[in-house]
Amino acid sequence: MKLDFGPVWANWSDLAHGALVTVEVTGAALVLGCLLGLLVGLLRLDPRRRVRYALGSVYVTFIRGTPLLVQLFLLFFGLPQFGIVLPAFFCGVLGLGIYSGAYQSEIVRGAIQSIDRGQMEAARSLGMSHGMAMRAIILPQAIVRMIPPLGNEFIALIKNSALVSLLTISDLLHEGQKIISVSYRSLEVYLAVALIYLLLTNATGFALLRLERRLRVGGLVQ
Amino acid sequence: MSGNAQGPVLAVSNLSKSYGPTRVLADVDLSVQPSQVVVVIGPSGSGKTTLLRCCNGLEVADRGRIEVCGTTLFSDGRLLRDSELNALRTRVGMVFQSFNLFPHLTVLQNVTIGPRRIRRKAPSEAVEQARALLHKVGLADKADALPGTLSGGQKQRVAIARALAMEPQLMLFDEPTSALDPELVGEVLQVMKALARDGMTMLLVTHEMNFAREVADVVVVMDHGRTVESGPPSTIFSAPSQARTRAFLQAVIER
Repeated sequence: MKLDFGPVWANWSDLAHGALVTVEVTGAALVLGCLLGLLVGLLRLDPRRRVRYALGSVYVTFIRGTPLLVQLFLLFFGLPQFGIVLPAFFCGVLGLGIYSGAYQSEIVRGAIQSIDRGQMEAARSLGMSHGMAMRAIILPQAIVRMIPPLGNEFIALIKNSALVSLLTISDLLHEGQKIISVSYRSLEVYLAVALIYLLLTNATGFALLRLERRLRVGGLVQ
Repeated sequence: MSGNAQGPVLAVSNLSKSYGPTRVLADVDLSVQPSQVVVVIGPSGSGKTTLLRCCNGLEVADRGRIEVCGTTLFSDGRLLRDSELNALRTRVGMVFQSFNLFPHLTVLQNVTIGPRRIRRKAPSEAVEQARALLHKVGLADKADALPGTLSGGQKQRVAIARALAMEPQLMLFDEPTSALDPELVGEVLQVMKALARDGMTMLLVTHEMNFAREVADVVVVMDHGRTVESGPPSTIFSAPSQARTRAFLQAVIER
């Protein structure tokens, strides 16, 4: 059998466009996931505040305990039963963002709880409110510790974004499948798609490594 | 600012606290008058640190009463409301055994952050004040250093400057030299002596008996959550009335 990458070259602009959509979906979901992650991570800091803690826990339990694909289908195929019809792209971003937020919230919580208790005590002893101490003292230190696990999470998000192709979104995988449906060159096209994903994930990993180093030099880490 | 200008800066009465079945404070009474230096000594586990931490609300007692600068910090098992507690804490400086400097901020920023964020002081004014304080604790040349690059003694002196930047009416010291290498203890004690000489009101927990003898106006001996006795250092160190005080001092001096 001979490999024929002709269809890949002939349709490279479609693949590039698909890659761009993948980056857009992932990027938007990333922003949403970070916001949700920070919010829910803070909600779950103190088990004594029962209502907040319970709200956060229900979210994390449900999202981490069910398949992402099912969550996406619930948004895209389920919500229309209530008359809520969301555009596919929006559903993809929402689904991925909510999913990633659950994992990111645990990263946020873990990083904050890893900061020595004395830091909060010193800040409060100066007269800072809990919120001010969190913003000025705890979070700047915690964020540096969040970066390595967040890097893993971002990379996972890029790969998980392939599922949105099932919501009719023309992402990288979807564009690849369209090319296959005409050329029947599954192996070559999927290989090309896989390589582009590899490029995206590694570029992200590299960028985060640079960021981490910069923060270290900037003195945010001892 | 305080309710009665002549009254004590700190008044603790009948303070009790238990962790489960363990009693850490049992009906403790203590008062600190303006410009007084009160030193609490006693074996480890005697409740000294808990007592000190109760005085700025880091720990909450079970029963009793604490008045700080004329404000009731704690009574009837309840702590002051959070917003008022924050305001009161700006008038009470705290120095920890483990320094607790903010590692992501420079020495100067550690000292200015309180005045800037809480007092809303202008940056130039806060920096000027911080430089003066750093000069006072002998660290003017370390303003731009990060805490991680300092020795323990230097860290503790920065921590003292950070607390002083809020212009407190009372300073609490929780074993400020216990985490230091022996050769670094002196520089921190010197700063504290100067502070006492300037008339700062101080409550401190320490194992430095010479410092207590030299600087304290009142020495309080604690054991098992109770105050065993208290009095001027000359009495406590030379002619203690309680057997437990004698036993403790003997153990410390023989060390």
